Amino acid sequence: MHIAEGFLPPLHAAAWMAVSLPFVAVSAYRVDRLMREQPQIKLLLAAAGAYAFILSALKLPSVTGSCSHATGTGLGAILFGPSVMALLGTIVLVFQALLLAHGGLTTLGANVFSMAIAGPWIAHAVFHGSRRLHAPLAVSVFLAATLGDWATYLVTTGQLALAFPDPVSGVAGAAVKFAGVFALTQIPLAIIEGLLTVIVINLLNQNSRQELDLLAFAPGDVR
Amino acid sequence: MKRTNLVLLAIVLLLVILPLVLPLPGGLKKPFSGTDNQGQNAIVTANPDYRPWFEPLWKPPSAEIESLLFALQAALGSGLLGYYLGLRRGQSQARRQARNRVDASD
Repeated sequence: MHIAEGFLPPLHAAAWMAVSLPFVAVSAYRVDRLMREQPQIKLLLAAAGAYAFILSALKLPSVTGSCSHATGTGLGAILFGPSVMALLGTIVLVFQALLLAHGGLTTLGANVFSMAIAGPWIAHAVFHGSRRLHAPLAVSVFLAATLGDWATYLVTTGQLALAFPDPVSGVAGAAVKFAGVFALTQIPLAIIEGLLTVIVINLLNQNSRQELDLLAFAPGDVR
Repeated sequence: MKRTNLVLLAIVLLLVILPLVLPLPGGLKKPFSGTDNQGQNAIVTANPDYRPWFEPLWKPPSAEIESLLFALQAALGSGLLGYYLGLRRGQSQARRQARNRVDASD
């Protein structure tokens, strides 16, 4: 989902920057407030950031014969809310843009929007939607992390299609083409992220119940 | 819970290993290239006139250095996550032992 440096026309790059900036600013404010009001959860917040660090560093093979990586932003989104993840995801993306030439500074706004904003919000919405439908905790976590991951790649697909519409078939045609690159490959990888996130939530439920209670996460699901 | 997690982990491993042992889809030019690069190539192929207007400020000078930095990223994350999970597990075990001791002395 990393759009490479310079690979969005200046206008698109600026527009995505403008869209993402308020989210990241609010996120910085929320993280700051969270750490001051509930300093006990600092370490869990760092662990959620670390999870995104790990998953976005591992490029995994997919049955399509391509490689791609998960995002790891769903975990933090369901624990702390999606607005907190914008900052953590941005940190990951800046690290990769500066040290790995992966993604870029000009495309940071677009990449932040797909990985650190859209993914977490979809994960959050799916999680609460499936909880409201009385789905078991593990199922809700799995669906949230899987669909959040997949959504990130669909957003990238849309961003590239808007920037590089097909001369004949337009934005829709370009979207189909870019989806051919991103969407199919990502399905098994999104499932991997879903399963790993369930494992982490299981471990948290076992040993970090105090912090989960502070966050009012899945009350009544104590095992 | 432990068994559930082990089963989930086994499925994850299966999903990672299967693509490597299954036959590759036909017509694949470069097996297991990254989708980020494929996206880039799709742009260049469809828009041969497009020139990236900005270059990365710094690029890892070789594939080795790049993999070093990716490994570093994963290692930093794993170290922190492992520290956190281990710490909480130790703490919850200590709590359980303390509770058992109190129960035993009643």
